[in-house]
Amino acid sequence: MIYMHKIAVIGDKNSVLAFKALGLDVFTVTDDLEARKTVNRLAKNQYGVIFITEQIAQLIPDTISRYDDHVTPAIILIPNNQGSLNIGMNRIDKNVEKAVGSNIL
Amino acid sequence: MAILNVKPTRMELSNLKRRLATAKRGHKLLKDKQDELMRQFIGLIRKNKSLREEVEKELQDAFKDFLIASAVMSPEMLEEAVSFPKESISVEIEQKNVMSVYVPVMNFKRKLETDAGSIYPYGFVQTSSELDDAISRLYDIMPKLLRLAEVEKSCQLMADEIEKTRRRVNALEHRTIPDLEETIKFIRMKLDENERATITRLMKVKDLINK
Repeated sequence: MIYMHKIAVIGDKNSVLAFKALGLDVFTVTDDLEARKTVNRLAKNQYGVIFITEQIAQLIPDTISRYDDHVTPAIILIPNNQGSLNIGMNRIDKNVEKAVGSNIL
Repeated sequence: MAILNVKPTRMELSNLKRRLATAKRGHKLLKDKQDELMRQFIGLIRKNKSLREEVEKELQDAFKDFLIASAVMSPEMLEEAVSFPKESISVEIEQKNVMSVYVPVMNFKRKLETDAGSIYPYGFVQTSSELDDAISRLYDIMPKLLRLAEVEKSCQLMADEIEKTRRRVNALEHRTIPDLEETIKFIRMKLDENERATITRLMKVKDLINK
């Protein structure tokens, strides 16, 4: 099964605007309610990959974990222009812990 | 371990034996699946981690460039400059089955709208060179970022599946199989006991008749 999917970027305007020039669909959000709505809408609308800044992602952890066991969309955290909050790294560590039982990396 | 709530009959015994054989087979298969998943997962998660480290570092550099660009240019100009991209990226997602886990395989399709000359969707007159730097840097990161998406999603899905498989293996190993074995032993003892009781009873009856 092969489907065509689009790619979206969600975040604050100053960080994600640059992605627009590369042809990704950029959605700027400011608060958690808006972010939640946007993620859910994109997930329904054939978006295969959603990049979301950690600053926004930390407001809506439940919405993000909702799509963890779906093949699409892949929600990937990226740092924003103020630097990384290490949430993305922690998610990797959590995966390792879940699978192996302890952090071996 | 508890003995299952069954009647000690021959029929039940053969049923339980069959169930034990299935459980052992299932346990072996699941154990193999878990080992193989784990092997693949470890390799993938290492890649995931190093990729993310690289991407985060490079993205932050790119954002720094962009920040400078947005400081030099007026916000309206900046937005106008990036609003009409020359390129469009879409992703083709295929599902691959790795040990019963469906992981995505992503193929990215980049499509240039017009000539392939430059990646910048704006004229050079009104924009600053900082913006060019930022865009070109982001453009270079893009393949890595997309690769990260694929790897990270696969890791996530596999971690879930490994956890599930481990629970199943443990449930079979520590609960189902010992329970079944114990119950089979119990029924066998009970049946043997009944048999001995019958023999002694017969002997007793024979004695009574002979007298």
